[in-house]
Amino acid sequence: MHINVMADVVQIVVFLVILTLLAGPLGRYMAKVYQGERTFLAPVFGPVERLFYRICGINRDAEMDWKQYATALLVFSFIGFVATFLILMLQGYLPFNPEKFPGFSWDLALNTAVSFLTNTNWQAYSGESAASYFTQVIALMVHQFYSAAAGMAVAIALIRGIVRRKSDTIGNFWIDMTRSVLYILLPLSFLFALVLVSQGVIQNFSPYKQVRLLEPYTYENPKLDAYGNRIKDTQGRPVMETVTVTQQTLPMGPVAAQEAVKEFGTNGGGWFNANSAHPFENPTPLSNVLEILALLIIAAALPITFGHMAGKKKAGWAIYTAMMAIFVIALAVMYRAEYTGNPLVQGLGVQGAYMEGKEVRFGLGGSVLFSVSTTATACGAVNNMHDSLTPLGGMVPLTLILLGEEIFGGVGSGLYTMLAFVIISVFVSGLMIGRIPEYLGKKVEATEMWMSVIVVLTSGVLVLIFTSIALITKAGVSAMGNPGPHGLTEVFYAFASTSNNNGSAFAGLNASTLFYTLTTSIAMILGRFGPAMATLAMAGSLAKKKYVPPSPGTLPTDQPTFILWLVSVIIIVGALTFFPALSLGPIVEHMIMIGGR
Amino acid sequence: MGTTTKRSKGIFVPELMKTAFIDSFKKLDPRTLWRNPVMFAVEIGSTLTSVVFISTMITGKGEPLWFTGLVSVWLWLTVIFSNFAEALAEGRGKARAESLRKTRTEVMAKRLKKPDLRGEYERVPSDRLRKGDLILVEAHDIIGSDGEVVVGAALVNEAAITGESAPVIRESGGDRSAVTGGTEVIANSIVVRITSDPGETFIDRMISLVEGAKRRKTPNEIALEVLLVALTAVFFLVVINLRPLSMYSIKAMGQGSPVTLTALVALFVCLIPTTIAALLPAIGIAGMDRLFQKNVIALSGRAIEAAGDVNVLLLDKTGTITLGNREAVAFIPVSGCSEKELAEAALMASLADETPEGRSITVLAKQKYSLRVVELRKDAVTIPFSAVTRMSGVDIDGNAYRKGAADSITDYIRESKGVVPDDLDRHVKDIAQSGGTPLVVSKNMKVLGVIHLKDIVKGGIQERFQQLRSIGIKTVMITGDNQLTAAAIASEAQVDDFLAQAKPEDKLRLIRENQQQGYMVAMTGDGTNDAPALAQADVAVAMNTGTQPAREAANIIDLDSNPTKLLDIVEIGKQILMTRGTLTTFSISNDVAKYFAIIPAAFAPIYPQLQILNIMHLANPYSAILSAVIFNALIIPFLIPLALKGTRYRPMPAERLLIYNLFVYGLGGLITPFIGIKLIDTLIHMFM
Repeated sequence: MHINVMADVVQIVVFLVILTLLAGPLGRYMAKVYQGERTFLAPVFGPVERLFYRICGINRDAEMDWKQYATALLVFSFIGFVATFLILMLQGYLPFNPEKFPGFSWDLALNTAVSFLTNTNWQAYSGESAASYFTQVIALMVHQFYSAAAGMAVAIALIRGIVRRKSDTIGNFWIDMTRSVLYILLPLSFLFALVLVSQGVIQNFSPYKQVRLLEPYTYENPKLDAYGNRIKDTQGRPVMETVTVTQQTLPMGPVAAQEAVKEFGTNGGGWFNANSAHPFENPTPLSNVLEILALLIIAAALPITFGHMAGKKKAGWAIYTAMMAIFVIALAVMYRAEYTGNPLVQGLGVQGAYMEGKEVRFGLGGSVLFSVSTTATACGAVNNMHDSLTPLGGMVPLTLILLGEEIFGGVGSGLYTMLAFVIISVFVSGLMIGRIPEYLGKKVEATEMWMSVIVVLTSGVLVLIFTSIALITKAGVSAMGNPGPHGLTEVFYAFASTSNNNGSAFAGLNASTLFYTLTTSIAMILGRFGPAMATLAMAGSLAKKKYVPPSPGTLPTDQPTFILWLVSVIIIVGALTFFPALSLGPIVEHMIMIGGR
Repeated sequence: MGTTTKRSKGIFVPELMKTAFIDSFKKLDPRTLWRNPVMFAVEIGSTLTSVVFISTMITGKGEPLWFTGLVSVWLWLTVIFSNFAEALAEGRGKARAESLRKTRTEVMAKRLKKPDLRGEYERVPSDRLRKGDLILVEAHDIIGSDGEVVVGAALVNEAAITGESAPVIRESGGDRSAVTGGTEVIANSIVVRITSDPGETFIDRMISLVEGAKRRKTPNEIALEVLLVALTAVFFLVVINLRPLSMYSIKAMGQGSPVTLTALVALFVCLIPTTIAALLPAIGIAGMDRLFQKNVIALSGRAIEAAGDVNVLLLDKTGTITLGNREAVAFIPVSGCSEKELAEAALMASLADETPEGRSITVLAKQKYSLRVVELRKDAVTIPFSAVTRMSGVDIDGNAYRKGAADSITDYIRESKGVVPDDLDRHVKDIAQSGGTPLVVSKNMKVLGVIHLKDIVKGGIQERFQQLRSIGIKTVMITGDNQLTAAAIASEAQVDDFLAQAKPEDKLRLIRENQQQGYMVAMTGDGTNDAPALAQADVAVAMNTGTQPAREAANIIDLDSNPTKLLDIVEIGKQILMTRGTLTTFSISNDVAKYFAIIPAAFAPIYPQLQILNIMHLANPYSAILSAVIFNALIIPFLIPLALKGTRYRPMPAERLLIYNLFVYGLGGLITPFIGIKLIDTLIHMFM
């Protein structure tokens, strides 16, 4: 396939400019929403919001301290988990199940419930062949709203902690949740779903359709006996029979609605197993670009929201710049790796860039941009097979996940993880200029350091522990589909993706075995709630502090020097933690590949 | 001014080195070492590799003996170097504590029943003196314990504490009443009321402070340690993870052997932030010590750190911003009188004036008009200054010379039916408005003109304030002068703000206001009435000459009683924090090179392709690992001088300072180990 590099570069640059232009207004709008100011949507949703509070008995003026806030989050999550778990187990008895799918096994139900609860959307099941419409809409799609809103709420609580002075409270969890859904996720998803339908994404509750193939498809299959064993001829060779396929089953469903929130909430849990590579989820190059934009936009706008709420717009843009810098580096490295391709394949006479596992309708640019975006954010939707990427190309999504999901990151969780990195960077650089470190007027002391290192290092710790276990246990190794360094990368990717609540899979690993469903469930829960709780504790500690006004001796945290330092800290911490694993996975695989072995 | 005995010594004094050397082995005791968790982890690692070495020796299987042996030795050395840094920093304090302890020698005190210089006394050993006891101290007696002069005045030699050989006056009442145990009365007798119980005296506290016995980790140290411990924990898991990684890879490739325990421990120790963890205690102790070299005692490490963070500095005008006394700077004649005539009269009027102001008038007259000083003849009548007349002068050769405050002289002239020139009032007002003090001079009922007396701002003080401004510290001058005078001096000294006609409660209010806005406030004080403000300030420096309440309210005591010391304290506070920050950055940047040394060495047997990561071209896996370990250990003694002296601090805006330090310690920390490890590897191969 011929690749026009210039066209791809122009597409990506234009895309990033549009993203940046949209982040500003959306960020400002969200700041207004969370500060309880009147927005242009108030006439529509104001009455709904007030009615909702009256029904639930929520006092609009009641504020929570960090422990109450954290308790509310945990209680809410636990109820959501139980409900989802039960729906998954009992789906066979529930309505809207035209394909008569039975209930999930307990471990798969557990894994899936945890996955959607934690905004991970790791899918050890296959949507179109295991989940009923009821399950997809009521259990999974609802969580795609709530888990995203919960992440945003925690981030907003942290912002309040930084902004407030000598305060015990950091906001009201129920109100933050309601506003996230009502004023941000719901309207955006509604509009985007309509746009997706215009591009050909399906939206119905029909039973699956049997369609006639235009060209019948013929292949040879080993003949089986009554026990399912292969019949062998006298020479011991399998007896083959010719199979002709004339019909195909097309799964249906209200895909557009889920597709919209799948992107906006950085959820990534697709309706179909093929996710955004499936033509019913992502039919055109335009829908592809719009989906990428949707999965980035809220996470990209939240730093701006932060800047507005803190009254320091430049601080927000500084964080945005740091995120964008790493994002662009990742794009460049991955594009180059995929463009250069695989010398072994080229040796077979295949011309052009490396297209294995990619959709031709998206091309190289559309695939690389999607992969980087979905792993930079904690989205995890995919429009190409990450397993088929070149070793270095595949290392980019893996590294972006391992960095801790804060290059834009998950909605909310990206911002709070990034702010934890900011706190650590501020601590060391603040010392270097001879001051007790402070960020936006708040002193950074032992509590903040504890909480920040928990936020930043939890996922890394989980990845290291679980890969160690997987590599030395039979259960861990036997589920691997590929030998050697590539298999290592698959296991590594699985735990990186779950610990960081990304949810994308490298594939090639049988993730539905008991070993992996259980270990990834634990990774997802700890990877989500460990940092979230630490963030709230940090918010509580920061809110209590007094404000120190800036002076010429204060470290400027919105200047290029600090941004560069922040980027270096993120990369160095990531590199130091994962250098050995990456060298034994993708790096050595690359060496072997270019060595032609 | 007396001579200050030099307290500063070089860093590597042989006698101190020897004690530190012995102490660094004593400190291997895990019961004390666990307080430094990172180094404790290194000690565990060293033990493990030593066990491996011994078992290799017995079984004869495994890696070469020289390899496990040398790795163990250098891992132990890493801990010992760290202990040595701490012991050396402590040693210098201990040496000082020893000399202080000598001043605490037992003396027999003369205990009085009532505060009377001629009262009856009994002799008691000084360690039995309790708070509230009264003692008599006569010439050549050593003062038994800390106290306050309640009767009399005496010359006291405080060299034992301050190193200042010139004796100072201590007297009852006022702000110079505090005396310190162990100092010696040189002349006169005083009655002292004891203010502290045995073991709690100033010297006792100083000893425990400089010894580091009572040293507690400061909040900032604890926060930094959180980061270091977290990194250590992560690197522990990284290293643990290597074993499964290698085991899996061997199975996949069918070649190689798993990473050995020795290599794992070596990598672990190289990765964890040993450099900063080894030097962290030394940085804090040495900072205290540097302050002590400047004759400043910090009562807590926290106070010094806070000093590095001060935003507002309250400075007393007199003695800090200006020299203690005013000086004559100009003679301004009224109309019909020449400048020289005025100068002559001023000189005559000041012949008998021994005050610094009076002397400055004679000096100016001599220098500017080359007048000769006449001997004050016996028949001259001197009129001394009195609070009632507010003027002074001399009657000589039938001439009456007078000088004094404008209103007193005009009253004096009008009473004698003399004429006050019309332009006098204008000159007087001009001087007052410029912040000076006008002194009117008359000769025989005739007003000749005005002497301009001026507060002399200390040389170079403007630059110092400029530096402070550039690092974000606001200076506020506190003075009892009126608004006009204060404003003039403030603008000349270029302070940012001033508080005129300041009463103690005004100071307290000013500090509270600033703190409410979130600022850290530092102030110096000496008087009892400063005590509330000192207690309120974040960094409170009391003069050693100050009163006991002031000294108790403060958290830093300046033995030289030199108020500009505050600037040095701020600087040292910043240095301590900076040294921590730069060494942390350096320590972590180092890791990159160590990975490039150890990963190819550990994994090349499995994947020969990984040799490409061996960008330093280290000779073989064993020497690569050993070189990294040796570099990691040697960097500690190399950086001891930096830890003890502190990172150099030059006032500059925060961003530039950050760029500079990132460049030197960040980038430097990235590059240095590549060179160092390669060099060590080459050396190993020259000898093995």
